[in-house]
Amino acid sequence: MQVTMTVNGAEVTRDVEPRLLLVHFLRDTLGLTGTHWGCDTSNCGTCVVLVDGVPVKSCTALAAMTSGHEVRTVEGLADGAALDPVQQGFMEEHGLQCGFCTPGMMLTARALLDRNPDPDEAEIREAISGQICRCTGYATIVRAVRWAAAHPATEEVRA
Amino acid sequence: MQVPAPFEYARATSVADALELLERHGPEARVLAGGHSLLPMMKLRLARPDWLIDLGDLAELRHLIRDGDWLRVGALTTHADLLASAQVGRLLPIVHDAERVIADPVVRNRGTIGGSLGQADPAEDLSTVCDVLRARVVITGRAGERVIGMEEFHRGPYETACEQHELITEVRFPVRPRSGSAYEKVERRVGDWAVAAAGAALVLADDGTIADASIGLTALGLSGLATDAAAVLLGTHPSEEVFAEAGRLAAAASSPVEDQRGPVDYKRHLAEELTRRVLRSAAERAGAGALTAVQGG
Repeated sequence: MQVTMTVNGAEVTRDVEPRLLLVHFLRDTLGLTGTHWGCDTSNCGTCVVLVDGVPVKSCTALAAMTSGHEVRTVEGLADGAALDPVQQGFMEEHGLQCGFCTPGMMLTARALLDRNPDPDEAEIREAISGQICRCTGYATIVRAVRWAAAHPATEEVRA
Repeated sequence: MQVPAPFEYARATSVADALELLERHGPEARVLAGGHSLLPMMKLRLARPDWLIDLGDLAELRHLIRDGDWLRVGALTTHADLLASAQVGRLLPIVHDAERVIADPVVRNRGTIGGSLGQADPAEDLSTVCDVLRARVVITGRAGERVIGMEEFHRGPYETACEQHELITEVRFPVRPRSGSAYEKVERRVGDWAVAAAGAALVLADDGTIADASIGLTALGLSGLATDAAAVLLGTHPSEEVFAEAGRLAAAASSPVEDQRGPVDYKRHLAEELTRRVLRSAAERAGAGALTAVQGG
């Protein structure tokens, strides 16, 4: 079947099997390997992408279901060379650690900040509670999101 | 890699279209809402439909409407929608209690009330909530719709009165004055299925006595409501003593099984303790004054 959706602002059309999961469509069909594929059981949350701005576990959605919708992956966070404040926050506050959970964490953080620009620690922890950091580095992830909240207009990469 | 077996996919454009597609594609067609129960089952080959009818575009089934003494909730209303509704929290606090402990916020963005009821997992929280609130389920077929109570809707684990060629389209909750409700769950870790959970709703009469009561248990081997436990509450003033008795009767009505979540005696203890706690909260929310405490309660 044919699916057409907007991925990171660009319209894409592909022929896929109906059973193709969104995570594999993004990684294998489109080559966007920034979305990680983890537990495959909607527990770990590393595969989270935004569908119409809402965090969704892409291992538990079909590419077919997102046809006609807007998908945003970690590759779509930065605007050219300018990092999203969430990305900058993860750098500043050492939010990455091993990096496996990072894409999902950053997209959930982006969605949280879009609806609540100044979340407190409890709100951040609640928002990321469906995602697992096996480095157990939640403290630095929370600080990274707080950093992003405090620097909403970061426009340049600080290399 | 967990991938579903091959199937054909169609996206419904209306309820009538979904019903037509279901009929056309026969007994191995299934409807797809949020996908967070069906897709995992398909990955494990516990479900292997030939056709999926995706209801995702049916905005007509995603609504929350106050209609006189009823709150009408469209079947495609998500857990996140319910949790975000201040009206739901005010009128039916048990729904918010349960929603806060169903899976996690990202899963709640996709999972729907219709899907939860249709899945009819015996450890599923909203089924108990709907039992306790005496919700009614609207089931639509090509011949029209029927509205049935939860006792008729539930046929057993993973089995409901919604037939293959029908759709759950709405859940209707009665809104009652001087009522209160609550839900509490014990889980191994945040977002897990219940080790055990209990829900209760109370309606108070003008003199402050209990005019109506319902108690439900999740993952405790009780189908439907704990009627004996609720019956002892009727006509009494809310008190620790009568809630303790209801807790004992609810535990007696349960028949938990030992599994990786715990042994029978522990689960039965939870049935008693959680029933007591939700009755206290429900009474408080219904506007009952301070409860009479009893020693060792």
